[in-house]
Amino acid sequence: MTVRVSIDVDRCQGHGRCFSLAPALFTFDDLGNGVVLDDGIVNEAQCDAAYLAVANCPEHAVSLEESP
Amino acid sequence: MSDKEPVRDFATDWDHTDPRWVADPYPIWDDLRRRCPVAHTERYGGGWFPTTHEAVSRIANDTEHFTSRTVVIGNGRPLEDAPPAPIGVAPPISSDPPFHQIARRLILPAFAPGPVNALEPMIRDLCRRLLDGLVGHEEIDAGAEFAQFIPPAVIIRMLGFPERDEDLFREFVHVVLEGIDQPVEQRIEQFAPIEEYFAVQIEDHRAHPRDDLTSYLLNVEVGGQKLAPEHVFGTMILILVAGIDTTWSAIGASLWHLATHPEDLARLAGEPDLMATAVEEFLRFYAPVSMARLVKEDVDYLGCAMKRDDWILLGFPAANRDPAAFPDADRFVIDRRENRHLAFGLGIHRCAGSNLARLELRVALEEFLARYPRFELANPADVTWAPGQVRGPRHLPLRLASLEG
Ligand code: HEM
Repeated sequence: MTVRVSIDVDRCQGHGRCFSLAPALFTFDDLGNGVVLDDGIVNEAQCDAAYLAVANCPEHAVSLEESP
Repeated sequence: MSDKEPVRDFATDWDHTDPRWVADPYPIWDDLRRRCPVAHTERYGGGWFPTTHEAVSRIANDTEHFTSRTVVIGNGRPLEDAPPAPIGVAPPISSDPPFHQIARRLILPAFAPGPVNALEPMIRDLCRRLLDGLVGHEEIDAGAEFAQFIPPAVIIRMLGFPERDEDLFREFVHVVLEGIDQPVEQRIEQFAPIEEYFAVQIEDHRAHPRDDLTSYLLNVEVGGQKLAPEHVFGTMILILVAGIDTTWSAIGASLWHLATHPEDLARLAGEPDLMATAVEEFLRFYAPVSMARLVKEDVDYLGCAMKRDDWILLGFPAANRDPAAFPDADRFVIDRRENRHLAFGLGIHRCAGSNLARLELRVALEEFLARYPRFELANPADVTWAPGQVRGPRHLPLRLASLEG
């Protein structure tokens, strides 16, 4: 099973919580909105950071998706 | 303020300039959240105050029923399509869709993490110099002698104005934010010096363009056209007002908390790794900024019969204390891991300067604690809190114990 992070670009307002809390998974564009790095796949060591990115987004724009 | 009728019941007659609200609003908000949860007032021509996370979020995201034409509550009502001169057009904060997005996207790159993080050394150096200037003092006013100097210096640098004008800047902010009880005509008069000052700076930048936000605004093009002069001026005023008072309030309130909670002070001074969660918790617990909206048309909303042009006081700070949204909402938890606070608002008007504000708050606290790991209030009765929509300690006399002491 793989877990990926994703950002709903319609919700993101650039609060910047995801890339501060999980810099290995997220970065930002030139407006300061969050961007998922690479394929967004979360490895075991990144689980906690990924969870924090989801749990601290004021706009509920960040989510985790599981795929088999 | 003194000639006003005292508030009898905040549920039906709230006033955010009431001395009790100014001194300690939290018990009032908790009470309203349980009883209302949207409080009403006839003051200021009529207004509503939502206190729950849910209600505040809903209104902040609803640009169909609410307009940002004016975001600071006053006694007058803005005119239909041209808000009155003072803070009138201050895009993007006073703009609604669709224009809002254009105005906002123009300034976002300047406040994105790249350019903001580049300011860190300058901010750190500034904090150190301020603290150096206080060496030898056993008591300082951490509001007036420390916190208040940091944001103006940063904004002046971003706008490219002469450094010596910092004091003038703080005076400007005071005029804009604390004149809420004065008649509109008087407020317009008070704006004259600000307009003159900005006009001179704009002229200078036109003649000598350079790499700063003022030159950027003067030269940037939207659809092949430069911005209207009122737009440039309005955005500069907004950055001045939004960036200064707010941030020094956050720095001051955080120091006030540490001065009155020795266990949190000891933990933060001893475990610098806590700073990241501590900064977010300071912002949640002491969120300094409440913004206003106007009701567009008569509407029944959240069980309230709202009238066109009623004020909404968007209580981001009250939402941050809502137990339905935060476990132990009334406790300051320095290592709170999940913190979806609304200190910087929500939705399309999310504070454009939030990266900068967080940086200033963190660096100011780091430098202060590195110098003074122990301090307390010199005299609690001397602490005064600013009235109005930006709450923070204006005077914060602290008794210091330095590293050597
Ligand atoms: C701790 C400090 C700060 C707090 C708590 C704060 C809070 C807020 C809030 C709540 C809003 C939303 C307004 C609304 O919904 O109507 C806002 C908007 C804004 N803030 Fe801040 N702010 C802070 C610092 C700053 C700084 C340092 C700057 C820039 C130098 C800044 C620039 C802005 C701008 C330009 C907007 C308007 C954004 C828009 O309408 O799209 N703020 N701020």
